[in-house]
Amino acid sequence: MLKHILTSLTGGPVTEAAPAPSDPALAELAGKLDKAAKARLGRSLSIREVDAGSCNGCELEIHALNNPIYDLERFGIRFVASPRHADVLLVTGPVARNMREALVRTWEATPGPKWLVACGDCAVSGGLFAGGYACVGPVEEVLPVDLRIPGCPPRPTDLLAGLLALLETSAAR
Amino acid sequence: MYGEEPLFGLLNRIGTPVEGHRPWPRYRLGRDGWLRLIEGLAGNGWSLLGLWGEPKAVHAAFREDFSGDVAVVSLDCPQGRFPSLSTVRPAANRLERAAHDLYGLVAERTTDPRPWLDHDAWGVRRPLSEQPAAPVPNPGPYTFLPVEGEGLHQIPVGPVHAGIIEPGHFRFTANGETVVRLEERLGYVHRGVEGLMQGRPAAEAAKLAARISGDSTVAHSLAFARAVEAALGVEVPARAVWLRALMAEMERIANHLGDIGAICNDAAFAFMLAQTSQLRERVLRTADACFGHRLMMDRVIPGGVATDLPERGAGLLLELVAELRKRFPPLVAIYDGKASLQDRTVTTGFVSAELVTRFGAGGHVGRASGRDQDARRSPGYAPYDGLTFEVPVLTEGDVNARVWVRIREVEQSLSLIEQIVARLPAVSRGLDHPSVALEAGRGGEGMALVESFRGEILTWVRLDGEGVVTRCHPRDPSWFQWPLLEAAIGGNIVADFPLCNKSFNCSYAGHDL
Ligand code: SF4
Repeated sequence: MLKHILTSLTGGPVTEAAPAPSDPALAELAGKLDKAAKARLGRSLSIREVDAGSCNGCELEIHALNNPIYDLERFGIRFVASPRHADVLLVTGPVARNMREALVRTWEATPGPKWLVACGDCAVSGGLFAGGYACVGPVEEVLPVDLRIPGCPPRPTDLLAGLLALLETSAAR
Repeated sequence: MYGEEPLFGLLNRIGTPVEGHRPWPRYRLGRDGWLRLIEGLAGNGWSLLGLWGEPKAVHAAFREDFSGDVAVVSLDCPQGRFPSLSTVRPAANRLERAAHDLYGLVAERTTDPRPWLDHDAWGVRRPLSEQPAAPVPNPGPYTFLPVEGEGLHQIPVGPVHAGIIEPGHFRFTANGETVVRLEERLGYVHRGVEGLMQGRPAAEAAKLAARISGDSTVAHSLAFARAVEAALGVEVPARAVWLRALMAEMERIANHLGDIGAICNDAAFAFMLAQTSQLRERVLRTADACFGHRLMMDRVIPGGVATDLPERGAGLLLELVAELRKRFPPLVAIYDGKASLQDRTVTTGFVSAELVTRFGAGGHVGRASGRDQDARRSPGYAPYDGLTFEVPVLTEGDVNARVWVRIREVEQSLSLIEQIVARLPAVSRGLDHPSVALEAGRGGEGMALVESFRGEILTWVRLDGEGVVTRCHPRDPSWFQWPLLEAAIGGNIVADFPLCNKSFNCSYAGHDL
């Protein structure tokens, strides 16, 4: 164990350079935030992830953001356990009707200023599940969406680029 | 087991074989036959492999574990009722409740008639039956099982949990710190997969199969593809068969690495997750470089595979194997040598051999409690019949045993990848791609059993003459593991629940469909 820690310490960081904030995301976010909110948030964001009917593929890639290679926390972005601590809801899935109420209640429990990010094709458009009896479809049919990160699932770098755009927008003075 | 009537012996007496069901026989039973089947099940050890409904019929699949014989039995139920199997196979209960919610089929004399997938939110009842019904006006709340006793309190958790996890509801009844009972309520991520598959050509329905449970996208795609190929009598190119196994083993390793780290993390040993998540990332990147998708989604298709291995692929895979062989064992040694970690995982979340057998639980849950079953070996499928591998089985039945089964399986899968790369057949002549087109104008019924990282998947499919899916039932291994989590946590402290849950790692999406 000690040897392992030593190797980790001397081996240099495994973390990779960050991607640039996503341009389409920056464009989508432009003007979405007033000055007061920006001042309040600074360069830090707390995210609460909500699975609203995902196949869990999106969750796997969101998880990857926490590994030492993508190391999301270095940007001041972290996942929190309660919506009460969150600035951002990161929503996956085509809003299964059985999850609709829980999703809305989680959003209501999140204090403002707050954003909602639709993560993955299912959340963005309903994906393959739109039109069935069991799903509502895109998240925006239920709640206002500020940013869309498409992909099935989005790659960790795409997620990172989208979240960095959010951070840039929220921190811009 | 000795002294039992063989599967086909009984079924040949009580039912008539149905034409065009492959590769295992399907028997149509009358109501009397069904009742005799229930009698037989009370005295034998056949494993229930699945149970699914149709508008006017119910089907169940069984395996006689000793001989490996598999069969499907069907009962027409014009009145929409059938005698429940739940009294003799408790694992049938939730499947019957699902068949009720989707098709309106009533299981008579069931051990538990409550709804399961239907949460009164669809705006329709029995959506897949011939006559869907209007929703119940002002539905009442779901009734949890009653609890009585001094000093008991309840802790409701979910559906939205504290981490990046799928949603489900857990109702704990505790006495102080100790869990007396856990009751699960699932169905929150029901997306109507079975209904959406209906009426789509096999190639399109395959995309839905790939999204049943993202972590097992390869295995579910493989089960669906094999079921379709069985139904149509299609033979896929040899190279595709081997590439499929390659992807399946990559998926197994990636998930096990993630799980081992996450279990340790839930025992407050974050170091392990930091390490194994790097290894997992390494596997996903290799998958991406070889197959063009990190999770290898939509790469296994009916007829073959969608992408061939690029020229440098073999080299990348062997490099990956070599690196994991170097970096994984030291982590295993750390796991083995950390008393603080063992203190959390040893004896925690115990499941008895008797229970895993009764529920027919597979994967690391079954194999950590002595159930020696792996679909790659029995019934077995190509190319595994020509490969050398062991199926690790332990008997302790605790969190630690479930970790060790995974560790051993990672080692086995690494060896499998090496063997596959070494023996990968060349592209068949005349094909620029390792896949064959599905001929239209043929239909049939097919079934497949495939070992995912989590356990055995059963997929059953019926295609009409145009190659369109008229019914498909994919049964995720989680169906037979979730009920055992309720047993595993009994007598443990509430704080150990995340650990127990992670050691099972059942799929919510795969179960809820
Ligand atoms: S976008 Fe793709 S990976 Fe994400 S939940 Fe939907 S199907 Fe799964």
